[in-house]
Amino acid sequence: MPELVILSTDALIFLLVILASGFTRYASKREHLRAPWREVARSKVGMGALLVLSCFVTIGLLDSIHYRPEANGNVKESAEVLSLFDKLVTPLRMYQEKTYSAPLAAYQYTKENTELADGTTRRDYPRLEYGGSHLQNVEQEWGSDIVSKSLLGMSKGLLFWLLITLLFLFWRSQRNSTTIGSVLNDIWTFQTEIPWRTLLFTASVICLLGFWAAELSTYYHLLGTDKVGEDVFYQALKSIRTGLLIGTLTTLVMLPAAILLGIMAGYFRGWVDDLIQYAYTTLNSIPGVLLIAAAILMMQIYMSNHEEQFASLTQRADLRLLFLCMILGVTSWTGLCRMLRGETFKMREMEYVQAAQAFGVGNFTIIGRHILPNVLHIVLITLVLDFSGLVLAEAVLSYVNIGVDPTMNSWGNMINSARLEMAREPIVWWSLAAALIFMFTLVLSANLFSDVVRDAFDPRLRSSR
Amino acid sequence: MLGLFTKPLYLSTIASVCLLFAGCNGSPWNSPYPVADAQRPVLYSSFSERPNHLDPARSYSSNEYAFIAQIYEPPLQYHFLKRPYTLVPLTAEAMPEVSYIDKRGQQLPANAPVEKIAFSEYLVRIQPGIKYQPHPMFARLEDGTLRYHNLTGKQLDRVHTLTDLSETGSRELTAADYIYQIKRLAFPRFHCPIAGVMGEYIVGFKAYSDQLKQVEQQLQNELGEERPYVDLRDYEMEGLELVDNYSYKIRLEGKYPQFLYWMAMPFFAPMPWEADHFYAQPGLRVRNIKLDWFPVGTGPFMLSENNPNLRMVLERNPNFHGERYPYEGESEDYAAGLLDDADKVMPFIEKAIYSLEKETIPYWNKFLQGYYDTSGISSDSFDQAVLFDAQGEVGLADAMKEKGIHLTTAVQTSIGYFGFNMRDPVVGGDSESARLLRRAISIAVDYEEFISIFANGRGVVAQGPIPLGIFGAKSGKEGINRYIYEEVNGKIKRRSLNEAKQLMVQAGYPEGRDLNTGKSLVLYYDAVATGPDDKARMNWWRKQFTKLGIQLVVRNTDYNRFQEKMRKGTAQLFSWGWNADYPDPENFLFLLYGPNAKADGEGENAANYTNPEFDELFMRMKNMDNSPERLRIINRMVEILRSDAPWLWGYYPKAFSLHHHWYHNVKPNLMANNTLKYKRIEPEARTMQQSQWNRPVLWPVITLVVLFLLSLIPAWILFRRRERSRLQ
Amino acid sequence: MMAYIIRRIFYAIPILIGVNIITFMLFFVVNSPEDMARMNLGMKRITPEAIQQWKEERGYDKPTLYNETKEGIERVTDTIFFQKSLKLFQFDFGSSDSGRDIGYDISQRMWPSLAIALPVLIVGLALNITFALLIAFFRATYIDFWGVVTCVIMMSISSLFYIIGGQYLVGKLLHLVPISGYDTGLASLKFLILPVIIGIIGGIGAGTRWYRTLFLEEINRDYVRTARAKGLSEQWVLFGHVFKNALIPILTGVVAVLPLLFMGSLITESFFGIPGLGSYTIDAISNQDFAIVRSMVFLGSVLYIIGLIMTDISYTIVDPRVRLQ
Repeated sequence: MPELVILSTDALIFLLVILASGFTRYASKREHLRAPWREVARSKVGMGALLVLSCFVTIGLLDSIHYRPEANGNVKESAEVLSLFDKLVTPLRMYQEKTYSAPLAAYQYTKENTELADGTTRRDYPRLEYGGSHLQNVEQEWGSDIVSKSLLGMSKGLLFWLLITLLFLFWRSQRNSTTIGSVLNDIWTFQTEIPWRTLLFTASVICLLGFWAAELSTYYHLLGTDKVGEDVFYQALKSIRTGLLIGTLTTLVMLPAAILLGIMAGYFRGWVDDLIQYAYTTLNSIPGVLLIAAAILMMQIYMSNHEEQFASLTQRADLRLLFLCMILGVTSWTGLCRMLRGETFKMREMEYVQAAQAFGVGNFTIIGRHILPNVLHIVLITLVLDFSGLVLAEAVLSYVNIGVDPTMNSWGNMINSARLEMAREPIVWWSLAAALIFMFTLVLSANLFSDVVRDAFDPRLRSSR
Repeated sequence: MLGLFTKPLYLSTIASVCLLFAGCNGSPWNSPYPVADAQRPVLYSSFSERPNHLDPARSYSSNEYAFIAQIYEPPLQYHFLKRPYTLVPLTAEAMPEVSYIDKRGQQLPANAPVEKIAFSEYLVRIQPGIKYQPHPMFARLEDGTLRYHNLTGKQLDRVHTLTDLSETGSRELTAADYIYQIKRLAFPRFHCPIAGVMGEYIVGFKAYSDQLKQVEQQLQNELGEERPYVDLRDYEMEGLELVDNYSYKIRLEGKYPQFLYWMAMPFFAPMPWEADHFYAQPGLRVRNIKLDWFPVGTGPFMLSENNPNLRMVLERNPNFHGERYPYEGESEDYAAGLLDDADKVMPFIEKAIYSLEKETIPYWNKFLQGYYDTSGISSDSFDQAVLFDAQGEVGLADAMKEKGIHLTTAVQTSIGYFGFNMRDPVVGGDSESARLLRRAISIAVDYEEFISIFANGRGVVAQGPIPLGIFGAKSGKEGINRYIYEEVNGKIKRRSLNEAKQLMVQAGYPEGRDLNTGKSLVLYYDAVATGPDDKARMNWWRKQFTKLGIQLVVRNTDYNRFQEKMRKGTAQLFSWGWNADYPDPENFLFLLYGPNAKADGEGENAANYTNPEFDELFMRMKNMDNSPERLRIINRMVEILRSDAPWLWGYYPKAFSLHHHWYHNVKPNLMANNTLKYKRIEPEARTMQQSQWNRPVLWPVITLVVLFLLSLIPAWILFRRRERSRLQ
Repeated sequence: MMAYIIRRIFYAIPILIGVNIITFMLFFVVNSPEDMARMNLGMKRITPEAIQQWKEERGYDKPTLYNETKEGIERVTDTIFFQKSLKLFQFDFGSSDSGRDIGYDISQRMWPSLAIALPVLIVGLALNITFALLIAFFRATYIDFWGVVTCVIMMSISSLFYIIGGQYLVGKLLHLVPISGYDTGLASLKFLILPVIIGIIGGIGAGTRWYRTLFLEEINRDYVRTARAKGLSEQWVLFGHVFKNALIPILTGVVAVLPLLFMGSLITESFFGIPGLGSYTIDAISNQDFAIVRSMVFLGSVLYIIGLIMTDISYTIVDPRVRLQ
């Protein structure tokens, strides 16, 4: 029986999921919170981006369920921690070549001395152990094989998409008790409240791409291999979790402090306000990168002094990631805190708050009942807006070696190693390209989504539409 | 409305004007150097780390030696062309005369047994007439007093760099300057890195150190200064003797033939007493003007610009004594044109400009564009540059040959090894189980693959601790480590993985499972992660251990932390390297000598390996001259090591270096650092090639600008439409 | 006014003390002076005496916070904290752990940083405002839509891509400018073009989008409606009213970052080999030269606070309605 392992970041990410679903329940009961969400749901861009985002989130969540595989005689990585996602993409993980190979290649990217049968050596590009190993005659079959595998994959994707589309249409027609035809018509002409046409279109692209990638990557290295022959596609997928974690956990970690202090400063004013303002101005004035660098160094010392606590590599990397989130949080909570302070300032003057005070309601009750619910949208906007910035920041930090653990899969680490690859000739571009494309997709959809969310929640801008 | 559209246009105009500005003076647009130097014999090179110390008593790293070895001249040097490495006189008239003395002060014959020798004495005679480079510290007033040695506050106000002191002077080199420098080595203030070693050999060195420490303390108390000036001429060291103006004697404890090698290092270069006196002026220290930063020597070059943020410039020393290019060499050197300049007066180049270059990509690209004359190859540019032919010999890629680029290779006198901490309960110790485990790992870790991936074949798998080319190292079949390699059909092969697995069973870890606990074996590798390459490297190490079913946990730390672990002896597995100080096997075998254990003191035996027999043999081998007897002892020592396997022997890195066809007299010399003087440049050929290789490509920029302008058209149309509708 | 500025400066002192305490704790808890000594003395043949000497020379041999061996006030002053941290207040940065005068280095290296940061700021500002005005002018058309989408796409691209890609394309393939390096005086121009252009392009996405928001916010105000109702042309409304009023938040935003320009850009500088303060900081971090990092932290905080004060002052200058209390 495989033993479940819960890393600290896993725990936090599931806490976040629970919080998010709790918030959804809470919001669905309150009209003033539901209205903006309905606006989000009506936006084509927003829903398209959300679908893409949810694909990333799914992969990230699957990658956050860790377990220790059963140790029996032949399993090599018995003490290693795996995730559900690793299990799903086992071939990607296990098919390791010796060194670089280009995307979809059947040959290694670098030459090597091979010994021929007659004892002489020849320097040539050797065949890959896994990539394209099913091909008998590479020169003749390779091109057509790629095309046929692509077509096969895409048609599988198309079939799958048709299947879910039909199911969806059927379900909708049942619910509205109309014909499938009229449902289709509604969707096609955007007569539905949620832009289903955009969603279905996005889903088709995702299905096609996903199945295409899955089909090809079982026979080839879709995005090539890196210096030690690891599949770059696998690395890029694994990096999703890192990116998501940095983007969300950082805000989650800083949230309690920012909310509490921000509201307290705005509500109590006086010396509490002065003290809190002092605290965040001080923290803010330290250049963030330097603070992070110092903190990361400190953590390394802690780790080397407490070796025994970090038995496996995954745990070490995990702790460093969590710590990075925390320290990023320390450098970024001040913005939210200041905003909440300003908002509470205004809120305090509201009649109902004044009235509650006059009736002798306790301060913390007022904060909990009247103020907190009314500033939650600010928290939400910050969470969404900060996300993409943090994902990009991770890359830069890893690039200067103060980011996540070097053994951890992350886009920053991939770009970092790519700086040497860029000097190669012929150039090794796929690590860099893969990291940039994945990061770009995630950040772009996050940015688009956050735009929609902000527009929906921020009443000042709503009127300009 | 106009303003709205012109701003971006304006910007692109600025950009193109700037480009034209750079381009119209004839040199390629992307040349990083001023045009004026283009036709002069100036050498362009780079440095990646700012040197910390330029004081020969303190400096001990190759990036610093790149500069100071051109400036300071010790009495001896390595012959530029001869192999094996041979010492020849530099400022000395001839090689030092060695005499041995017994306990009672009697002279002994040269072949006297080691036990009888109580002292050895080295007499060095230097050439008369050698002068120091021009320097303000030597400038004198009319009355003969030193001009700048008592700078007043007013004078100091105008001084920001050394060049603000406009008058310079010089003086002749004397034997006293050599003695002065050796005293400096002993002065604790300079914390000379070899003070410990020298203290064991030079007579009276330690006592002198202690004496100076007291003197310094006393002066500190008297004057209340933190760094009072101590005139070393006032205190004598027992083992040093000034014979006359041009000769001096050094007396050593016992016999220490390796001492000659030390005398070719900048530690033993001359230092005029004026230097310490001049730089001790408090006003100069505050302005960063100190000996550690502004060297003064007799060598072919002098440091004329010292800006480690940007570049370092070495310029020809006008007072140089005019050494001549060697006229002897190996037979192949004649064919290679290395003796074309024989007997000509050196140096050949006027100036050497070292630019700061931290990133590899720009560095390599600038070399290809012709802006650096020479380049080490980073492992990632290797495929472009170098090919292996059918015999596995290296050669240049065609693209490189077409550019007229040449390749030189040499096995370095260094080793990169992977060590086991011998005090570790699992992998260490003298137990048979641990030894078998170490040997199994030694077989399983495929260093051939390591070299081919991470060094692109630029290395030779090590069979023992002594790199090739050093006495005691054996190449070919007889030098093979039989515990790891076997001969199959006349070919040397790494033993198979099955054999390693068999060893694991014998060691008590079948399939990597610990029989006692039933759990799989977990080992810890302490690594220093610094570069972008490290992730791949660590994954590779994990892969190697997984072959045996061992799970490797990589513990990443920074270098400080790593050092600390090594000192405490708490690491389990680690990789490290050693660069030879001098070409003698003692300099490698001492890395495994028991009393040198790192965990006990400050020794360099990082694996904390001890073996009584090895230690005893080491003591015997240490001070012997190279002889068959010594070779026999070394062979036995290496055999003990191979059997105990405290290291995976790792590999001896190979230095590959490329240079352009206008750069002459290149022969890799891994011991000599003062090779700049031999180099010759053809500036005309260089200028021609540079402009040929760097023709600017403009069309993409123009296309971009046009595209941008086109993208404004829809805006214009929309604007017109709106205007029209407004008018209606 | 003067009194206000003085008050603000006094207000800055406790903040700087706070910064100092935080950095001091971080750095001296992290790395003992012993570690620093080993790091700086190199790797071969280090003796304990040499380490002791190194510490003594740099004043790291003193107790951290409280010196029991001394009398009176010296118990507090003769400590690492007092000697190393509080001297920063006199802008006496001391010498780096490798023995160079930090103050001198900073004074040398801030100019290259400024030479990149200032053009990036000014040209970038001009470009961003131009584009934002254009987009605002065509709001609610396809130009607006595609303009915003382009902005979002551009800001979703990692800055590393701009740097790596730009250097590869312009420096290596097109031979237009030197790949990296720096020179003094006018000769530095050709080294600066590429990093400046890359800096500008990297900032266009976020900048334009932000200014567009500012303009749109302004456009919806009542006075704009009034102006439009009076029959003023759209261009006039945009420039005469919207632009002028939106300048206040733009200017004050710029003023806040002005002092920080001296700090330079970490990655651009080290990638292009420009000897500015950004690469100085990066080198210090990777060499673990804590004296430099500490000084840079302090300098950064001072500049940040100067920025804050300048923002407040500039508010009163551009907008007389804002009164300083």
